[in-house]
Amino acid sequence: MAKELIRLVNCQMAFDDEIVLDSINLYINDKEFLTLLGPSGCGKTTTLRIIGGFLQPTSGDVLFDGERINDVPPHRRKVNTVFQKYALFPHLDVYDNIAFGLRIAKLPEDEVDRRVTEMLGIVSLKGFEDRKISSLSGGQQQRVAIARALVNRPKVLLLDEPLGALDLRLRKDMQNELKRIQQAMGITFIYVTHDQEEALSMSDTIVVMDKGKIQQIGRPEDIYNEPKNAFVADFIGESNILDGIMRADRLVEFFGRKFVCVDSGFEKDEPVDVVIRPEDIDIVAPDAGHLCGTVTSVTFKGVHYDTIVDFKGFKWLIQTTDFCPEGSVIGIRLNPEDIHIMHKSEYSGMFGDYSSYSAEYDEIADPEYTEEEDDSESREEERNEE
Amino acid sequence: MRSKLLAAPYLLWMALFAIIPLCVVLYFAFTDFYTGAFTLANIIKLADYLPIFAKSVWLALISSVICLIIGYPVAYYIAGRSPLWQRLLYMLVMLPMCMSFLLRTMAWVAMLEDTGIINSVVKAIGLQPLPLIRNDAAVILGMVYNYLPYMIMPLYTVIMKIDRSLIEAAQDLGCNSSQVFRGVILPLSLPGIISGFTMVFVPAISTFYISQKLGSPGTTLIGDVIESQFKTAYNPNLGAALSLGLMVIVFICVAIMNRFSTDDDEGGVVTL
Ligand SMILES: Nc1ncnc2c1ncn2[C@@H]1O[C@H](COP(=O)(O)OP(=O)(O)OP(=O)(O)O)[C@@H](O)[C@H]1O
Ligand SMILES: [Mg+2]
Repeated sequence: MAKELIRLVNCQMAFDDEIVLDSINLYINDKEFLTLLGPSGCGKTTTLRIIGGFLQPTSGDVLFDGERINDVPPHRRKVNTVFQKYALFPHLDVYDNIAFGLRIAKLPEDEVDRRVTEMLGIVSLKGFEDRKISSLSGGQQQRVAIARALVNRPKVLLLDEPLGALDLRLRKDMQNELKRIQQAMGITFIYVTHDQEEALSMSDTIVVMDKGKIQQIGRPEDIYNEPKNAFVADFIGESNILDGIMRADRLVEFFGRKFVCVDSGFEKDEPVDVVIRPEDIDIVAPDAGHLCGTVTSVTFKGVHYDTIVDFKGFKWLIQTTDFCPEGSVIGIRLNPEDIHIMHKSEYSGMFGDYSSYSAEYDEIADPEYTEEEDDSESREEERNEE
Repeated sequence: MRSKLLAAPYLLWMALFAIIPLCVVLYFAFTDFYTGAFTLANIIKLADYLPIFAKSVWLALISSVICLIIGYPVAYYIAGRSPLWQRLLYMLVMLPMCMSFLLRTMAWVAMLEDTGIINSVVKAIGLQPLPLIRNDAAVILGMVYNYLPYMIMPLYTVIMKIDRSLIEAAQDLGCNSSQVFRGVILPLSLPGIISGFTMVFVPAISTFYISQKLGSPGTTLIGDVIESQFKTAYNPNLGAALSLGLMVIVFICVAIMNRFSTDDDEGGVVTL
């Protein structure tokens, strides 16, 4: 079913010797919803502009249906774009903006009218036909931009943060609407967003980018559950990231304790990053836990409490529906499947710490593994490197 | 309140040097030279000068159109260069304006006259001298040459400000380069076209020096007639009436041109 439509091969982009995209390799299947996710300035818009034809990669190829399209100008590509800055035509009203592409394609005027009217309904802008662009709010302009691109029913739609200016409610509605249209019309979406929740809920595939490089490509579940490095773990959701050492397959040591986990394929005694999601941590009585710590702050977040717990100097974030008052002493339990192991990367030690770190911690009750306490020295050194 | 205060010097200036002179012109136009009594004779006499008015409008119009045709590509080209080149080229366009208007026109006379630079060359290679001066074409040339910068300046400013992303959006929606131009760039530069047109047309219609130096008696323009009423014929009352007539024509022309822009603002569509 999945037929490859677009492929970027070793694409590199440099502006005056400053490399903003570095060896991007990526393929996008027909009818896929692919999201580029990453912090500001990581090169998302640049990637879209390369696909749209507004930029030529400094090196590397862009393939469409297997054909190299590096030199095909934008107007000859079967791609439409919802621009990050809207780029609506100020000399045309809402209706004529949306009709622009259809008129260029020389569609009969009754067909144009039918499709524009339908589109106005979809983006909830009925009655705004004759309004000037400058008289619209940011969110309304953004919806005109979506309508102007979508009305052409392109094979591929590039959307550069198309919902950024909308309030939460409208944003959710538009998310559903876009997803519905994408599936109903079978359009390939390449979607850019900062918003990890939006990416997780809408995409078939997520591409996590940082500093011009792809950090990870995968299905939303894989990205969330199996982040490849500390950057991805931190950017997608909250994470406690600890230094650990892989003692054997499915056995990791951190905090001077050994824990059973589900990951294997690491070298023996390889230093690793250990990710523990704040919502996976079970709070138990102090004496029944693997670790025991003191609550230092509690923030009510609606669905849960963000609870910061001090495990003898290293602070963890725990998301729980149980209210534990500040100062209380709690224990936690970690199940093997809640512990995710990653190789060390350039991002190790940069994320996932909810406090300033202190290397000293006391031993506490550890039900499973109590022997071998000799490597706390080396752990200390690792951390001090940062 | 404050802004009113700040505008006060200008308002005073306007009153002193625009409103009062206008009243003086009106007074002269409607009074008799000898008696000073009210009369419509001067206004009625304007009818004799209708052909000259028409000629002035016609030559100014042609010059404005030629300025637009030459000036638009120049402005478009400059606006597309790097910032450094833009400044340099813009300076180059402005450079002739740093020289006296009279000098520039005299230079053209020196080039075009029967014994001028061009005809000397023509004669040197054994051809008949060309009739380059004392005709409409020479007057139009003088106008275009002198007023072209006034066309390029506003056009450049407007074109430079067109957001590049709009051009990309048009390309994205399937426009080739000529469709981008007609669908986006041209309509968005309309305000520049109108102000450039006005800035060339208004001085061109009232010029007298260019037509005197480069034209023939047949190309006498309304500006020349007005000048002669004050300097040689000494009939300031008729001169005032002629000025008034010229003013009315200019107002009408500017109003017509501005209609274009306001029409567009109200959602006019430039068809592709
Ligand atoms: N024309 C350009 N000249 C020089 N540098 C550029 C140019 N366009 C983009 N850059 C740089 O490339 C990097 C990536 O920019 P890009 O617009 O792709 O980021 P982004 O991921 O879309 O960010 P955001 O989420 O803020 O929109 C940035 O550091 C930016 O400054
Ligand atoms: Mg961007």
